[in-house]
Amino acid sequence: MEAAVGLGSGPGASPEEPEAPERRRKAHGMLKLYYGLPEAEAAAPGATPDPRDPTDLNGAHFDPEVFLDKLRKECPLAQLMDSETDMVRQIRALDSDMQTLVYENYNKFICATDTIRKMKNDFRKMEDEMDRLATTMAVITDFSARISATLQDRHERITKLAGVHALLRKLQFLFELPSRLTRCVELGAYGQAVRYQGRARAVLQQYQHLPSFRAIQDDCQLITARLAQQLRHKFRDGGAGAPELAECVELLLALGEPAEELCDEFLAHAQGRLEGELGSLEAELGPSPPAPDVLEFTDRGGSGFVSGLCQVVASYQELFSAQGPAGVEKLVAFARELGSRYFALVERRLAQEQGSGDNSLLVRALDRFHRRLRAPGTMLPAAGLTEGATEIVEQAARERLGQHLQGLCAAFSGCLTDVRQALAAPRLAGKEGPGLGELLASVSGAILGHIKASLAAVHLFTAKDVSFSNKAYFRGEFCSQGVREGLIVGFIRSMCRTARGFCDSPSEKGGATPPALLLLLSRLCLDYETSTISYILTLTDEQFLGQDHSPVTPVSTLCAEARETARRLLTHYVKVQGLVVSQMLRKSVETRDWLTTLEPRNVRAVMKRVVEDTTAIDVQVGLLYEEGVRKAQSSDSSKRTFSVYSSSRQQGRYAPSYTPSAPMDTNLLSNIQKLFSERIDVFSPVEFNKVSVLTGIIKISLKTLLECVRLRTFGRYGLQQVQVDCHFLQLYLWRFVADEELVHLLLDEVVASAALRCLDPVPMEPSVVEVICERG
Amino acid sequence: MTCAAVWRMPKELESGSHESPDDSSSTTQTLELLCHLDNTAHGNMACVTWEPMGDGKKIISLADNHLLLWDLQESSSQAVLSSSTALEGKGQLKFTSGRWSPHHNCTQVATANDTTIRGWDTRNMSQIYCIENAHGQLVRDLDFNPNKQYYLASCGDDCKVKFWDTRNVGEPVKTLDEHSHWVWNVRYNHSHDQLILTGSSDSRVILSNMVSISSEPFGHLVDEDDLSDQEEHHQEEKSKEPLPDSVIATYEEHEDSVYAVEWSSADPWLFASLSYDGRLVINRVPRALKYHILL
Repeated sequence: MEAAVGLGSGPGASPEEPEAPERRRKAHGMLKLYYGLPEAEAAAPGATPDPRDPTDLNGAHFDPEVFLDKLRKECPLAQLMDSETDMVRQIRALDSDMQTLVYENYNKFICATDTIRKMKNDFRKMEDEMDRLATTMAVITDFSARISATLQDRHERITKLAGVHALLRKLQFLFELPSRLTRCVELGAYGQAVRYQGRARAVLQQYQHLPSFRAIQDDCQLITARLAQQLRHKFRDGGAGAPELAECVELLLALGEPAEELCDEFLAHAQGRLEGELGSLEAELGPSPPAPDVLEFTDRGGSGFVSGLCQVVASYQELFSAQGPAGVEKLVAFARELGSRYFALVERRLAQEQGSGDNSLLVRALDRFHRRLRAPGTMLPAAGLTEGATEIVEQAARERLGQHLQGLCAAFSGCLTDVRQALAAPRLAGKEGPGLGELLASVSGAILGHIKASLAAVHLFTAKDVSFSNKAYFRGEFCSQGVREGLIVGFIRSMCRTARGFCDSPSEKGGATPPALLLLLSRLCLDYETSTISYILTLTDEQFLGQDHSPVTPVSTLCAEARETARRLLTHYVKVQGLVVSQMLRKSVETRDWLTTLEPRNVRAVMKRVVEDTTAIDVQVGLLYEEGVRKAQSSDSSKRTFSVYSSSRQQGRYAPSYTPSAPMDTNLLSNIQKLFSERIDVFSPVEFNKVSVLTGIIKISLKTLLECVRLRTFGRYGLQQVQVDCHFLQLYLWRFVADEELVHLLLDEVVASAALRCLDPVPMEPSVVEVICERG
Repeated sequence: MTCAAVWRMPKELESGSHESPDDSSSTTQTLELLCHLDNTAHGNMACVTWEPMGDGKKIISLADNHLLLWDLQESSSQAVLSSSTALEGKGQLKFTSGRWSPHHNCTQVATANDTTIRGWDTRNMSQIYCIENAHGQLVRDLDFNPNKQYYLASCGDDCKVKFWDTRNVGEPVKTLDEHSHWVWNVRYNHSHDQLILTGSSDSRVILSNMVSISSEPFGHLVDEDDLSDQEEHHQEEKSKEPLPDSVIATYEEHEDSVYAVEWSSADPWLFASLSYDGRLVINRVPRALKYHILL
């Protein structure tokens, strides 16, 4: 049996075949277990592997004939006998087993049979009852059908009646509608009225061909018209606030009023209100401004106009969102128009702000203005309100910059006026006023202070907490082009220009400019060139870190400009001072009668004056400019050079000219001498040091003296006087110039020219000249 | 006391009628003294000038603050004061130089005193214009543009040369600032008035080309035969770009102050300059410029 199990699960078996025998065998097993048969015992005799083996006693295919044949063929007799006894014993065991089983289970069989019999009885009873039930059901069905048929008619009537009832109620509503509407209108319950009207409208529309309905409809229309009228009235009245207004519009829309017209009316009404706001704003501007400050103004504008505009825009968008692009367009046009008027007012107000200088207030006002307009700007980007606001802010910022530039220029000219007064004052008081150095320091400090103040004021525009400071303009162009270029560079340029103005028109107002001012300005410009400009620009660049990379004026250009200005001013100073001195000399030569003058006894006063003035100039320039370089000088300067000049040169140079026979020699000699000396460029540009300035002034003066002398005719004593004067100048002027040779040369020339123009050229003894000069 | 006299040049030298106001040239024996301009009543003579176009009978002289118009009579042997006027004002006013305009039928004279330039009408000796503060300092010399009415050049101690339109004296038309000391002389070329010659006590002579304010601002326009007043109508026919206003040449041959410059009256391309050291330098206009002007 075990072997059969192993085969049943073999691969060759069909799916049904192993299942069935297995189950059978299982049952069989269980039975066996039940009957206490030892399994090994049962299995042992027929231990053959093949279940289909016909010789297997326990197999299903057992064939007794084959088995017997097989036994007979294969087994010896003894074994056959054994097997016969074994078989008999087995049969006997099986029979006894079967008998015990039957005995043991007899009761159970009886009981089962009883139960089955009882069930049979019960089922039969039940069947009868079921039959009865079926007949009863059939009766009920029959009855029911009969009742339905009877009620059918009545039910239809009831349905119809219910419909009629509903209709009648509707009709009643309709008939009552006019009075209800009237009542609603009277009570002011417009919403209710509109709801009624909405409910009835379609019906009325449909049955309007019936005269009664027509009448109702007419009535309703009349009332509705009145209602609409009233609503419009309320709408126009303007007393209502925006929310109520919006409700009105909503109701009117529900009443089927043309939306477009309502749009227009709504906007017109809103316009009226907003115009009122604008009007009050304008009144504040007024011709005689009661002047709330600009912050208050923009505040009022913001809370009045802008928030009103916001409300209008919001409610419009809510109410008329169904209107599509045309409606939006209308709103945009509306907002744009009002916005531009508001902007115009703000611009006017800002224009009034020109005069006052409080930047923080202005910036706050602009900030508020800009911030306020953001809301309607985001609600309605097409109206360009934000852009407009930004533009105004930018414009205001630009104007502010312009004002600061003007302010700086004014401050600069104010400083100049102060300096002029300070320069004029000491002369009146007869006392030393503040020195040029202090004046320079104070001017320079004041200007720097003004610049810093302006920068600080302008810096407010780019503060982080200001709403417009992150706009592109304020991050880029404002910083680089506006502040750096427009304000700072512009100011430095204008300063240079103003300063240059002092040297450009000498004939018109040249006398009015005190030379000391020229000197001071020159030094100021030079200081700017060396340090101040780069300092200011660095400061500016630090404060205004712009992202803008547009080209800016480099420091070097400004420096060059300042240097050029300084140079021109200094050159002009030299010219002016030279002119003063040379005028003195010229007058002294031109007004004197040199033919009939007496023998010189002392130096003429004018020469002393010239030396004094030159010394004063030297002191003045020394206050502001460094000493400068001189040419190497002989240790004992004045004496020795003078002796050369007066003795040897005198004989060598113009002694021959006293004899008329040799005029050529004079020229020859003087020409030869000139060949070895450099040409003197009289009005040459000067360098930034004291010596150069003084040299320039002295050159101009002596050249004038020379030219004037050449225009005169001298007598003997006239020549001698010139000799004395020149020697005196020689004694005192050499120390001021870079190259004393220059002074010698020019003074030689003067004396030589005088000798040439002399009718009786007898020079004075050099020793006498010296004595006179030392005495005077 | 400086005086003035009328002289006659020797016949063989006679080509122009230039004469010297200074009587110190006594060594030139060939000059024949015709008459003195009697100025005892008026002070020092500063300037004498002939009527530019007339028959050589009229002379203007400037003596201190007087403007004197003389008539030469009896073959120039006698000078009669025909009219005069005096400059009145604060201080001692003195004329420094004067110039007789060749335009307007020779009825205008320009004078300089200190920094002021004045124009006079010789018919009634009245002032017709006045340029106050024409120069920052003394005005040294004047010259009229020979080809263009109303145009006047002046120079002075402020080292500048200025060009004026006498109809509008508020501003100079042009200013040259090339010299480094007083400018003593300014002269227009007689035929090509864009050429300006200046001499200065910085011992330089400067030749400038002032095309833009000359009578030929667009270069030489038409043939010599054409009437000059037609030139205006042919401006659009300009054939070449005019040169910009510029300094053409600076002559540094002189070692000392140059006190006189003058164009040749015979050759328009020739000029002379004279300096304190007695040097007389004669120069020509550069050839390239000459051809540029002519062609």
